[in-house]
Amino acid sequence: MGTTETGILSGRLSPVEYEKNFSDLHPPLDGHEALVAADRCYFCYDAPCMTACPTSIDIPLFIRQISTGNPIGSANTIFDQNILGGMCARVCPTETLCEQACVRNEAEHRPVEIGRLQRYAADIAMRENRQFYQRAEPSGKSIAVIGAGPAGLACAHRLAVKGHDVTIYDAREKAGGLNEYGIATYKAVDDFAQAEVDYVLAIGGIEIRNRQMLGRDFSLADMLAKHDAVFLGLGLAGVNALRAEGETAEGVEDAVDFIAALRQSQTRADIAIGRRVVVLGGGMTAVDAAVQAKLLGAEEVTICYRRGKEHMNASEFEQDLAAAKGVTIRHWLQPKRIIARDGRVAGIELDYTTIADGRLTTTGETGVITADHVLKAIGQTFEADGLGIITLQSGRIVVDGEGRTSLDRVWAGGDCVLGGEDLTVSAVAQGRDAAESINHVLAAASQPAVAVA
Amino acid sequence: MADLRNNFVGIKSPNPFWLASAPPTDKAYNVERAFKAGWGGVVWKTLGEEGPPVVNVNGPRYGAIWGADRRLLGLNNIELITDRDLYTNLREMKQVKMNWPDRALIASIMVPCEENAWKSILPLVEETGADGIELNFGCPHGMSERGMGAAVGQVPEYIEMVVRWCKQYTRMPVITKLTPNIADIRKPARAAKSGGTDAVSLINTINSITSVNLDTFSPEPSINGKGSHGGYCGPAVKPIALNMVAEIARDPETHGLPISGIGGITTWRDAAEFLVLGAGNVQVCTAAMTYGFKIVQEMISGLSDWMDAKGHRDLDDICGRAVPNVSDWQYLNLNYIAKAKIDQDSCIKCGRCHIACEDTSHQAITQFVDGVRRFEVMEDECVGCNLCVNVCPVQDCITMVGLEPGMLDERTGKTVDPNYANWTTHPNNPMARQAAE
Ligand SMILES: Cc1cc2nc3c(=O)[nH]c(=O)nc-3n(C[C@H](O)[C@H](O)[C@H](O)COP(=O)(O)OP(=O)(O)OC[C@H]3O[C@@H](n4cnc5c(N)ncnc54)[C@H](O)[C@@H]3O)c2cc1C
Ligand SMILES: Cc1cc2nc3c(=O)[nH]c(=O)nc-3n(C[C@H](O)[C@H](O)[C@H](O)COP(=O)(O)O)c2cc1C
Ligand code: SF4
Repeated sequence: MGTTETGILSGRLSPVEYEKNFSDLHPPLDGHEALVAADRCYFCYDAPCMTACPTSIDIPLFIRQISTGNPIGSANTIFDQNILGGMCARVCPTETLCEQACVRNEAEHRPVEIGRLQRYAADIAMRENRQFYQRAEPSGKSIAVIGAGPAGLACAHRLAVKGHDVTIYDAREKAGGLNEYGIATYKAVDDFAQAEVDYVLAIGGIEIRNRQMLGRDFSLADMLAKHDAVFLGLGLAGVNALRAEGETAEGVEDAVDFIAALRQSQTRADIAIGRRVVVLGGGMTAVDAAVQAKLLGAEEVTICYRRGKEHMNASEFEQDLAAAKGVTIRHWLQPKRIIARDGRVAGIELDYTTIADGRLTTTGETGVITADHVLKAIGQTFEADGLGIITLQSGRIVVDGEGRTSLDRVWAGGDCVLGGEDLTVSAVAQGRDAAESINHVLAAASQPAVAVA
Repeated sequence: MADLRNNFVGIKSPNPFWLASAPPTDKAYNVERAFKAGWGGVVWKTLGEEGPPVVNVNGPRYGAIWGADRRLLGLNNIELITDRDLYTNLREMKQVKMNWPDRALIASIMVPCEENAWKSILPLVEETGADGIELNFGCPHGMSERGMGAAVGQVPEYIEMVVRWCKQYTRMPVITKLTPNIADIRKPARAAKSGGTDAVSLINTINSITSVNLDTFSPEPSINGKGSHGGYCGPAVKPIALNMVAEIARDPETHGLPISGIGGITTWRDAAEFLVLGAGNVQVCTAAMTYGFKIVQEMISGLSDWMDAKGHRDLDDICGRAVPNVSDWQYLNLNYIAKAKIDQDSCIKCGRCHIACEDTSHQAITQFVDGVRRFEVMEDECVGCNLCVNVCPVQDCITMVGLEPGMLDERTGKTVDPNYANWTTHPNNPMARQAAE
């Protein structure tokens, strides 16, 4: 057994416990399970699941291919629409996407296991390194993709397919964006994110430059001078401030940093966690941070969210997962003050909240929760350094239906654009569609003018 | 409680469920287990001539096709008749019959098409106390290459001849088992009747190749890279068997000839369908080979409960009840008009009815109504074909509703005629026109 000592400590558990706690959340289907699951698909016409998928994967077709013993063809169907279909199969909140739309819910309240089937087929093709795409004739055009997250990777792949040369610039050490630094450990085990990056890059024609930060190492104008077009897939590099007293106390940490460090750890034993952890926020990040805190051996983990259950961004499934792992979720509580002792977190004082006249206000009542570790998951922000005069709204880049920004030759997609869903799969869809748009514009520009009689 | 006791050409059994002659009835061990499980009778695995028994292949004997969830739909086999010594079989049959006097025990026999062969085996069988014999004129593989089984069953004259010998040399009731590998099943049935058979049983298995291995290009089951056609049975053959049973039941020449129904019977419902189409009892093979002997319990309770619910007291009450309703196409009522109706409450919106009708039939089902995904039948296009009912994954979601006489058929713009009218008098029928002229 590990230790329940107070303080932010690493090595709370035995190696075996770390191993067990951070293994695959949904183990992969084996061949037999996949056939049984695939048999449940009705091969719907104009299937609702397909409409619900942000990348519009032809779900009935890929499931039928699995059921007829053709997982490679199935993977091809998946990757045609979503080259990161392997990661999406692991991280998509399918219960609110394709599986929610499955007609099996109507009669049996149990959808076809679309996500797990998708993973089954994608994994087989990736394990065998089956590449389905060849580059078109070189177009002679070069495109800069800034950000190597799902949006950037999907965009780069589709551009490479079209014969363009792509250079990806990313500020981080490794490519993958939040697939590498954000997604919960138990959703992407065995270094899947890097394996997927390699699989995507295998098409050729894509160069990745890491540790290259827009705003620090280069500007958008530099990129436009060097390349024919630019795609921005910057994600959300900033985090919201708590604006509560005592925020600087030792033991107050950004949840995304905590998760990123955890994702980069080999053994998890080096990741320090408190005995009593309070996570502030109500989204996917809050749940992921809380669950992983628990899995690291924290004795008590409490999520405090300033609104009600119905307002939480974390899906029902995520909330249930947190509850199952022993995380307490408390609503209508807003941080007022971090209570510090010797400069270190000792607790948190919270205001009770309510909605009055449609606005969130405090009721005047307060409460205190003992804590030695506070994780902030109160939202990320877009950092626009180095972008110049690009049009933003609500702090995010404004794009049209094809991903074009207000600037000529500049496209954007993923979390950094306005109106996104902050999902991996949406980022993939936007990156892919922006690539189509870029290709279209570049192709039109290089067409010789034809006289119209 | 409905009375399930069966009297088939004088052979009595506590219920009409017999095991067909096949591996489940190959030896005392299996048959004892079958009787313990509740089977009413067995037709012992086909006996051959005295002397060294036939040999089977030493590799796979079965091929199969499956439905969803790998449910076995069709099985094919290249097994021959019993490969055990004749006297071993006879000894075991006698013992089993002594142990289970209330159950039916029938000996299936296949010997060469020579009078002496039959003449010499019949007394040996009779000595076991068997209740009757079944002449295997059906086996479509292996034995037919040696001039037996289906090779006899496909030549009505041979059938008649062999049946006659059997009636001459034994007092036991004779059941003639027919092969379906023939164009008109009524011909062998008529021949068996002329030979004096007490009953016919059908169907035996159907010539088939279930699949081909796409790596080795060998048909399955593959014996060292080669395959031979085998005999097909199981749920997939039920419709073929039902039709053949009905053909014999309604043929004026064989009407009333007792029939033991065989082919794909898997549930009590299948069995009831054979009975109402004219079978006096049923035989089962593949279902037992798939699920074991216990299925007979479901069959007994299902048949009995259905009979109770419908007020049928015994098997005579139901036997043949559907035969008068089997008709030739030309006599079907062309004034009967039905339309599909989709129950919106049970519709799961899979869209399969729509695409089936749209792509392959009559474009009579909507996909959207007022911009919302909704599947409704357009009565002015629906020809009442029933395809949507059959492709719908939800039972009873789509039903066919007959229009009452006097109602408007929106497709033709005509009102429904209350009178029966068929093709023989239809103005588009050239024969009918000729007759009128
Ligand atoms: C903790 C957490 C858990 C999540 N879990 C899920 C989940 O389970 N399922 C799901 O669907 N979604 C989840 N999401 C959301 C999902 O990860 C994002 O929607 C998705 O990664 C967005 O992709 P992106 O390409 O737009 O941005 P990112 O993945 O954020 O990638 C942006 C890339 O741009 C780089 N970059 C940023 N600024 C610069 C710069 N100035 N110069 C150069 N490079 C730069 C970054 O280094 C990064 O590599 C989660 C998010 C978080 C934070
Ligand atoms: C492996 C196997 C062996 C069979 N052997 C015989 C046989 O020896 N004699 C016979 O009359 N029928 C034989 N049959 C045919 C069955 O008795 C039966 O007519 C046929 O399988 C159709 O019924 P079912 O669909 O219930 O299986 C055999 C069938 C199978 C599957
Ligand atoms: S909605 Fe469900 S059942 Fe229909 S095609 Fe999609 S996965 Fe299959």
